[in-house]
Amino acid sequence: MIFSQVLAWFADPAHWRGPDGVGTRIVEHLYYTAVAVLIASAIAVPVGLLVGHTARGGVVLVGSANAMRALPTLGLLTFLFLLLRSQAAATLVALVVLAVPPVLAGSYAGVRSVESGVVDAARGMGMTSAQRLWQVELPGAVGLLLGGVRSAVLQVVATTTVAAYVGLGGLGRLLLDGLNSADYPQMAAGALVIAVLALLLDLLLAGVARLVVPKGCRLSRQSDLGRMAAAQPRLIGG
Amino acid sequence: MGTRIAALIAAVLVALAMPGCGSGNPLAGGGTAGTVAVGSANFAESELLMELYAAALRKAGVPVQTRPRLGPREITNRALADGSITVMPEYTGNLLHFIDPASTATAADEVYAALRKALPSTLQVLDQSTAEDSDVLVVTQQTSARLGLTSMAALAPHCPQLTLGAAGEWPARWKDKIAQVYGCTFRQILSTDAGGPVTLEALRSGQAQVVNLFTTSPDIAANHWVELADPQHMYPAQRVVALVRAGLLNQAGIDALNSVSAALTTAKLTELDRRVTQDRAVPADLAKEFVNGLP
Amino acid sequence: MLGDIGGYLSSPSNRGKVLELLGQHLVLALLPLLIGLVVAVPLGWAAHRRRWLRAAVFGSATVVYTVPALALFVIMPGLLGTRILDQANVLVALTLYTGALLVRPVVDALDAVPGPVVAAATAMGYQPARRFAAVELPMAIPVLTVGVRVASVSNISLVSVGALIGTGGLGQLFTEGFQTRYLAPIVIGIVLIVWLALVMDLLLVGLRRVTTPWTRAA
Repeated sequence: MIFSQVLAWFADPAHWRGPDGVGTRIVEHLYYTAVAVLIASAIAVPVGLLVGHTARGGVVLVGSANAMRALPTLGLLTFLFLLLRSQAAATLVALVVLAVPPVLAGSYAGVRSVESGVVDAARGMGMTSAQRLWQVELPGAVGLLLGGVRSAVLQVVATTTVAAYVGLGGLGRLLLDGLNSADYPQMAAGALVIAVLALLLDLLLAGVARLVVPKGCRLSRQSDLGRMAAAQPRLIGG
Repeated sequence: MGTRIAALIAAVLVALAMPGCGSGNPLAGGGTAGTVAVGSANFAESELLMELYAAALRKAGVPVQTRPRLGPREITNRALADGSITVMPEYTGNLLHFIDPASTATAADEVYAALRKALPSTLQVLDQSTAEDSDVLVVTQQTSARLGLTSMAALAPHCPQLTLGAAGEWPARWKDKIAQVYGCTFRQILSTDAGGPVTLEALRSGQAQVVNLFTTSPDIAANHWVELADPQHMYPAQRVVALVRAGLLNQAGIDALNSVSAALTTAKLTELDRRVTQDRAVPADLAKEFVNGLP
Repeated sequence: MLGDIGGYLSSPSNRGKVLELLGQHLVLALLPLLIGLVVAVPLGWAAHRRRWLRAAVFGSATVVYTVPALALFVIMPGLLGTRILDQANVLVALTLYTGALLVRPVVDALDAVPGPVVAAATAMGYQPARRFAAVELPMAIPVLTVGVRVASVSNISLVSVGALIGTGGLGQLFTEGFQTRYLAPIVIGIVLIVWLALVMDLLLVGLRRVTTPWTRAA
């Protein structure tokens, strides 16, 4: 019964058009996600690569990344809004804070995953530190790095949903407004759209990873699963 | 090895069961036998009303348990229906709209009568209070002076230049209604929150020139903002009332709840709200104070 | 800020509330962790043994943990027929998440057990079930623990989202503080949640140490 109500909700064109329509909400949602992940990557990738390359401060980095993962989304959002008084600023900071750990962990793990033998060989060939980073370690790191970005994207998509609590647009609005007006079909429809969106983004990024990661650097099944697991946790809207 | 793991798992399970013991069992569904559970919705005033009703019941010797912040009406009504809670502080207009969305009653007594008819036999409303907390459109003093706005009736010509800040669920219910009743179509409707900090900030910062607040918001007076009158009664009356599960309360309990409703006025409720949000008073303590001051 | 926090905590009813919420939070986060693990191990075992099951298991796990927490919480009563206030809704949703999160580490961990070790155990006469419990599972613990630690932090953080439907443990401090523009309960909530996550993490590391004594051998 609820299934047919949800289908009916999707079938109504009024729900798709206009500033409150699903179309607008999807665009808003993707926009917030893109901006947050880009900013987070701009911060986390250099730091992760550098710390991995110089092999200094790794413990601190992994520890901080883990600690940041424990920060509750809703707490962060409400705290930041009361502090910054701006919907946009509060949401952006919260999303970036939550997106940084997976990207950081991915970049760091990526660089560390390059076998020391290869790095040594590069050193032996006379490559400078910078050359080693760009030409040897970075290509090797791309797989785990992109894995981190993938995690970050999922995390942000889910977190943006919660940001509807501080009035933000995006697909979370369908959920929250549906909840507050007892519009169950709208809520279920919103949940469906978010789930599909997240799945599509995930598939898209997996495809990108396939294209970008050099064949020789593809991680084999048995190789260092522990580091992989650490770099690819999926935290869902938490 | 296997037995070691098994023993550890058993130990962890036992340790986890510990917090579940005792009266604060988080997995308990409703009030334990004989205890009256009073619920509240997810906002401060509802919690305050819950504490007021609970304190009155306690004073009357009824064992009470509070279940604060349960969620929206969808959840609280189901909780009443299946016995998770027995009492729920409510507002006549919104409750009527939830049960009978087609109802057109807007005046206080009309709404109350329609509510009594529309409620299923398992639920019952006690006496309604004179205290009211209804929606109200608010503008800054400057806007009011500049546009000569003191009433929603004067809004129509200005709406196309005005941005409204309101909760996410406002447009679904009122966008067409306000166009119909007052001929007003806003330039833009920003989704903020239900009279919370996002809405307040929107008006303060000028992001929105009109916002939807509630008549007991202490911030209206504090900021010298102007409430727009609603001569056509677009917003229905929202008198405070106790919604109860029929047949579970004894007369002492019913009288206790009615005494609170009788003693509350809009001014008193606004003052209590102010003490919670501005003075950081604890609702439970305020409730005790209020109830002790009752005859 | 510290003054505000002190002020908030000076009221005994506030202190009581925080403690009660903490207890609620613990149960809501840890019970799913345990049950999720119990569910993930046999599922992962099945996917490890039969290749064709992998796609189905991983696929459904991915779908489950992609659905936003909030949506899953609210849909639960419809699926389970529970009463809307039952904390079971949040519990079941989080259990599904934990199970989905842990299924892959279980499979990866079991895959990582060296073939020769399994062969040796079989040669020694271990039946498959006993071999699993006595050899493969223990060897899988280190990799599995990484997954469980991640799931633990995730759950502890996720529970607070339930505040939007009234079952949020410490998350209630966030909605409360936000509405009354009071930073103190929000900060208390954040600090307690992060602290909880840290304590759980340390406990899990300790647990791993205790259950895998051979990794400490010189």
